Amino acid sequence: MSSMTQKEALTAYATQIADSSLFMGHRMSEWVFKAPTLETEIALMNCALDLIGQSRSFYTYAGEAEGKGRSEDDIAYLRGQTEYRNPLISELPRGDWGYTIVKSYYYSVFAKLFFKALTLSSDKQLAAIAERSLKEVTYHVRYTGEWLLRLGDGTQESKKRTQKSVDELWDYVGEMFIMSEAETQLLQDNISTDIAALRGAWDQEVEALLQQATLDVPTGTWTHEGGKTGKMHTEHFEYILAEHQYLQNRYSGCEW
Amino acid sequence: MYGDTSIQKPMKIAKSGSPEEAELERNFQAKIDADIKIEANDWMPEAYRKTLVRQMSQHAHSEIVGMQPEGTWVTRAPSLRRKVILLAKVQDEGGHGMYIYSGAETLGTSRETMLDDLRTGKAKYSSIFNYPALSWADMGTIGWLVDGAAITNQVALARCSYGPYSRAMVRICKEESFHQRQGYELLITLSKGTQEQKDMLQESVNRLWWPSLMMFGPCDDDSPHSAQSMKWKIKRKSNDTLRQEFVDASVGQAKFLGITLPDPDLKWNEKRGHYDFGEIDWAEFYDVIKGNGPCNRERVNNVIKAHEDGAWVRTAAEAYAEKHAAKEDAA
Ligand SMILES: [Fe+2]
Ligand SMILES: [Fe+2]
Repeated sequence: MSSMTQKEALTAYATQIADSSLFMGHRMSEWVFKAPTLETEIALMNCALDLIGQSRSFYTYAGEAEGKGRSEDDIAYLRGQTEYRNPLISELPRGDWGYTIVKSYYYSVFAKLFFKALTLSSDKQLAAIAERSLKEVTYHVRYTGEWLLRLGDGTQESKKRTQKSVDELWDYVGEMFIMSEAETQLLQDNISTDIAALRGAWDQEVEALLQQATLDVPTGTWTHEGGKTGKMHTEHFEYILAEHQYLQNRYSGCEW
Repeated sequence: MYGDTSIQKPMKIAKSGSPEEAELERNFQAKIDADIKIEANDWMPEAYRKTLVRQMSQHAHSEIVGMQPEGTWVTRAPSLRRKVILLAKVQDEGGHGMYIYSGAETLGTSRETMLDDLRTGKAKYSSIFNYPALSWADMGTIGWLVDGAAITNQVALARCSYGPYSRAMVRICKEESFHQRQGYELLITLSKGTQEQKDMLQESVNRLWWPSLMMFGPCDDDSPHSAQSMKWKIKRKSNDTLRQEFVDASVGQAKFLGITLPDPDLKWNEKRGHYDFGEIDWAEFYDVIKGNGPCNRERVNNVIKAHEDGAWVRTAAEAYAEKHAAKEDAA
């Protein structure tokens, strides 16, 4: 069924996880000197550090799995747009504070369920990185969840703004649960996890919090997709890469 | 959450110019002369309090505004390791700001008041941050020279007479040394790289060397508050002494990087046992302080914009807290 070798699939799998963390972290790091308070700014930088740290572990492992001597940076920096395999939600602009909170809440609940499942992977190293990452994203769920309550149940304005983000971002949720080719292939050996099966738990947790936040739970089932296959990223993505890859592109082959 | 409401007020109040006040003031100075730290609840002259609030808030503002030039480079860092180091550094600076604001709040001025003064332009911050960060090499040069100059200042401040400020400096200095080492290490990497990387390094140092020397403030003859601050031991070393220490330490480090410092008058003076160096462009120094630096307006506008963009968020958080406090009371 698949044209990938097991090695290729494992490399692709670790890379797609790393891509998601990296760009979530990238967008969060954009909040430096732009956040509503010093406390929120520092908290977001903490989350960004966690996410970028996760991406480093997964990129490094992707390089090891591949066995061609590629470093974390070779994989993180030296690819074209269609070779990045993050779900689109991670590349969306940072928007206002509410948009960032909803975006990272949606993502973090997914990541929590995903990493939890991945700790049971037959691949010991994936399981170990997942274990560490799980602690971090569990905190992100709590932090963004608490903000979601304040914004939803705060003022008329905050409710209105946040409801809009809740609705708009809902259309990007489904893609997180679509299995990639590598993911499907690795399922046989219990290396990857069945993320499609996690959607129910996600719905339950998110709906409960949105209700507590006095926000309406969206009901749409349609989803944007194209990031995880690389077939169609958003218009925002090439701008991210332009910044991210700028020095590597301008001065190729340098040590930094 | 957004400010400390438990701000301490001075305990003893004496009429200005009264014999009691003269007595308090004598005791105060005697304590300082004996190197006993002044604590938040101790009596202190109003002028001492004012000087400290001014200096500490300026210092905290510098930490906060200083996040801007480096913050813009996080998304452009050329490796994930450098990205994480830079982001963690910028985060540290935010932590320094918060820590020093809390220290200043012990003197009776709230963080919000201090930040208001920053936004209206009433309060100053270190003029170095009114210069732009234009290349990746700047991420190293800022660590090496700007954090380096900050350390030179802060090591002296760690011995200052006000306890909370002094203790904050001890803690912060450790992190600043870390920043300086990481910055310098970034520059070493560039210095061993391609010609383009070496050029990037030299250009960055050429641009930031003089503004770094300006971080120590006006020369001693033109430093109006210095004498009193020295007597109060808020300041332990003069601007020119600190500047000289910094120059002396930097020359060897520059040599190790294989770069030149942009000062034709820089040379070892055997008799003084120090490096002589050229005259700072004081016209530029005062221009930047007055608001006419390359980035003054931009830096403050960014602070204002973040505050305004976040207004609805802070209001929502307050409304939520009130609602839920009311609910808890009712329960
Ligand atoms: Fe600092
Ligand atoms: Fe620093």
